[in-house]
Amino acid sequence: MNAPTLFGLCAAVLVGLGLYGLIVHPQPLRKVLSFNLIGSGVFLVCAVIARRGAAAGVGGDPVPQALLITAIVVAFAASALAVALMLRQCDETGSNSLSSDPGPAPAKPPADGEA
Amino acid sequence: MSDALHLALIALLLALAFWTVVARETFAAVAGFVSYGLLLTLAWVALSAVDVALTEAAIGAGLTGALLIGAASRLRKTEAAARTEWPGRATRVLAAIVASAVAAAIAACVLLLPDPAPTLAPEVAQNLASTGVGNPITAVLMSFRAMDTMLEAIVLLFGLIAIWSLASDRYWGGRPGLAPVYEPNGILAYLARVLPPIGIVVGIYILWVGADYPGGKFQGGTVLAAMWLLLMMSGLHDAPAVSRRWVRLVLIGGPAVFILVGVLGVFVANAFLAYPAGFAKPLIIVIEVALLPSLAVTLTLLLIGPPQRSESPP
Repeated sequence: MNAPTLFGLCAAVLVGLGLYGLIVHPQPLRKVLSFNLIGSGVFLVCAVIARRGAAAGVGGDPVPQALLITAIVVAFAASALAVALMLRQCDETGSNSLSSDPGPAPAKPPADGEA
Repeated sequence: MSDALHLALIALLLALAFWTVVARETFAAVAGFVSYGLLLTLAWVALSAVDVALTEAAIGAGLTGALLIGAASRLRKTEAAARTEWPGRATRVLAAIVASAVAAAIAACVLLLPDPAPTLAPEVAQNLASTGVGNPITAVLMSFRAMDTMLEAIVLLFGLIAIWSLASDRYWGGRPGLAPVYEPNGILAYLARVLPPIGIVVGIYILWVGADYPGGKFQGGTVLAAMWLLLMMSGLHDAPAVSRRWVRLVLIGGPAVFILVGVLGVFVANAFLAYPAGFAKPLIIVIEVALLPSLAVTLTLLLIGPPQRSESPP
């Protein structure tokens, strides 16, 4: 099995791991981390496709590679927005929960929160 | 790199990704993710994507890592409460099944990729001469798919506007981030006096060399952003109030020049973002030079978040 295929299989596992984390973790920051894992898996598939398209003296197809650069920068902007949203929620409510029902879980944090 | 090295790299990547998902403390998970990002850089090199490797090291691992570490330490006090909301066993098993199925489907697609692989590399190589730049990635970013790059610069700006909109009313237009603590003899203050002159030269060099070799405005802009962040963290310099006119002019300057050159193309080359023959390289350089300060300031302000203090110094 050649190197691009191995990296492609690695990418598949990364997407799987990220998807599992995205579903099960209750903390928003862990969801952002998992989402970044999924993203890097997708980017890796893209890089594998670029590598397989190596021709005309370049080591990889430059079109998907250029898209990857754009994707990494936009992923950072999206993560920054997600982090700003959860920090603001934490400042406002003292809690960092995505749960909508006012059950027993969010009862504790407001006690030490400043909001 | 040999196959054994590739396998070792893949094993490490998967182990760190696994750690990122299963670690109990969010802070430990973030630490794993930063190391993962740095190792991913090697994967891009192994796949002959050196430009992507530079971007990953600067933005994917560097800036994203700094962002997540800051968030993890500020959210630490909410950790225990959030952890009580863990889903039940049935949900976890179901999630594992769904995740494995998706992973298996992607693995199957990777194994069934068409052979020979479709590629646009020959077309890019054929038309490279008309752009005047030597790096095919820069040619794609700035000429063949310049529209994507322009929209990306605008998306970054919109992201920043969205983050600023999260400021509470009394701090609107104020200074972002926490007030810096200045320790004149601290190691950070020392680094912040020594590194920026070197970093600024390196950042501009990375931009300039990007025309012909791996590099470019995003990577160079990130190095400049890192230098500015170092100055702010050391307390030598405070973040500017986001209502300052120079901040806003620098932020929109790069995208505005990009759009202007695009509109110019309608009149002199018959298409939006088309470059007139013989002027492609100078125009590409004009756009990249205009984008460098915009990107550096945008990336820095994205990282430090919405205004949290009033404009006047305490």
